[in-house]
Amino acid sequence: MKGLKIIVLAKQVPDTRNIGKDAMKEDGTVNRAALPAIFNPEDLNALEQALKLKDQFAGTEITMLTMGPGRANEILREGLYRGADNGILLTDRAFAGADTLATSYALSCAIRRIKDFDIIICGRQAIDGDTAQVGPQVAEKLDIPQITYAEEIVSADDKKIRIKRRLERGVEVVEGSYPLLITVNGSADACRPRNAKRIMKYKKATGRSERAGNEALEQLAQQKPYLNINEWTVNDIECDPNQLGLAGSPTKVKQIENIVFQAKEAKVMGSTDAEIDGLVKELIANHTIG
Amino acid sequence: MNNIIVYCEFEDGRVADVSLELLTKGRKLANKLNCKLEALIIGANLKGAEAQVFPYGVDTVYLADDKRLEHYQTLPHTSIVCGLFEEQKPQIAFMGATTVGRDLGPRVSSKLHSGLTADCTNLEIGPHTDVKTGKSYEDLLYQIRPAFGGNIIATIVNPECRPQMATVREGVMKKEIYKADYKGEVVNLDVNKYVSATDFAVAIIDRQIEKSKINIKGSPIIVSGGYGVGSKENFQLLFDLAASINAEVGASRAAVDAGWVEHERQIGQTGVTVRPKLYIACGISGQIQHIAGMQESSMIISINSDPNAPINKIADIVITGTIEDVLPKLIKYYKQNSK
Repeated sequence: MKGLKIIVLAKQVPDTRNIGKDAMKEDGTVNRAALPAIFNPEDLNALEQALKLKDQFAGTEITMLTMGPGRANEILREGLYRGADNGILLTDRAFAGADTLATSYALSCAIRRIKDFDIIICGRQAIDGDTAQVGPQVAEKLDIPQITYAEEIVSADDKKIRIKRRLERGVEVVEGSYPLLITVNGSADACRPRNAKRIMKYKKATGRSERAGNEALEQLAQQKPYLNINEWTVNDIECDPNQLGLAGSPTKVKQIENIVFQAKEAKVMGSTDAEIDGLVKELIANHTIG
Repeated sequence: MNNIIVYCEFEDGRVADVSLELLTKGRKLANKLNCKLEALIIGANLKGAEAQVFPYGVDTVYLADDKRLEHYQTLPHTSIVCGLFEEQKPQIAFMGATTVGRDLGPRVSSKLHSGLTADCTNLEIGPHTDVKTGKSYEDLLYQIRPAFGGNIIATIVNPECRPQMATVREGVMKKEIYKADYKGEVVNLDVNKYVSATDFAVAIIDRQIEKSKINIKGSPIIVSGGYGVGSKENFQLLFDLAASINAEVGASRAAVDAGWVEHERQIGQTGVTVRPKLYIACGISGQIQHIAGMQESSMIISINSDPNAPINKIADIVITGTIEDVLPKLIKYYKQNSK
């Protein structure tokens, strides 16, 4: 059979799992600069599912698509190192401040330009928002079916795919025909590591914004087109500007609060035998335990 | 028109708890807004389902009853929900933040171009003035949720688009009967008017759903572990303590992400919300997203080697020490003293 055309949606996110004390500014807002930017973990699970299909079906082409500032090229290179075939960065001030709906609109417009695809795969959710909304919203905008919470590709051929979904209290196996969109759970297989040969091949891959003013990189990208990461602006996609960015976002942030806990008068104690013994006696006496 | 609609999950003849919790909240907001509370139930063999929701103060229940709809599927449910919303134009719509609601909600919001906020921990009604345009709005839905990995709390509003949509996790809102004899109207929907054959493009091949063995929500005592527990092996100490004092084991997101315990045990904004009599937090630092799911516990004991762990601020008793040291002692002295 012919290879599949797969689009992997990925996001570069601040690593909210390892927030240090300097991550919050004094006014209670987030100091993004203090957080390392990483490849959203579940998008890596998604990339692995695409790579498995590529292993299985020769001629499969994996295109990564992300939206973000110039430095988001980092995750596209990361994808190239691990086996993706090419990357597209959607980057423009016009996209800034987008909520999930405006984001999914921009992504769907970019996908319409890519045009030819069988499967779109993305992570279930991104760790900076945890909404799990962009995948299904993109599917709806493209009017294609979706399979969310995917944990494993059970089987696939050139027309349809069978997926095991992980639900709250069990699993469900579903089957759908292409084109469709799949969101992948963190419980799916982890992404394979970088490939040393691919690192050598793609380490000088750059986007236009990264090459600006660097003659050597510019020449390289001219000579070897695979070293050019596509950067698309709002002018490269067909879209309604009113549906982009902050203006195109139905949800607005009214207020952001740093949390102030209502501190209680805690009883502070050590862990000696006598102290623990005393505590347990007290908890039993007032019927908290036992 | 312009009412509140709650999408109710229905499986094995029962309306899900999370949906009843949302109806309870919806009734309060409907009273405040002076509008109706409505429920939408989609499934197969729905006879009698209305009786399950009326006591929660439902004024209208829409039933979409069709044998093809026995199990949740994205596209037919999206078609019915969107079709009904376009006719009824609700001002507010709620869904559970379950694998169903989180699959359906974004699909509906995308089709109707309405704003959706996931995993809200609080919902209120209030005014809003747009900073840029200066335009004022009355009676908007405040969708309140921890954001950014649970490090801040954000209040989200949808000034212009309707319905204002939100999902909420199970256990976050309290389930309370409004009036035991409350009676609303039943409207049977013509499923074929909304659903087409192509909506069944993704077929369910097999389902294996187990009754949950873990009941964190219902347990009066919870022993919960965080990243500070250190390893899967150390988590066994929590299970040992839980077994001796008849408690259930919970965990923070960090411990679940580390693979030490099952996801079903996760407590917090993206897990379960609990209100036990006693919550013993072991090696939990206390990120907001965790605290959002346990702060209403009657008594909180924090065991942490860091005396400045944020969770200590909301604890009633703070034991400064390691898990390896303190937990065996708790077990030992419980056994000695409970005889």
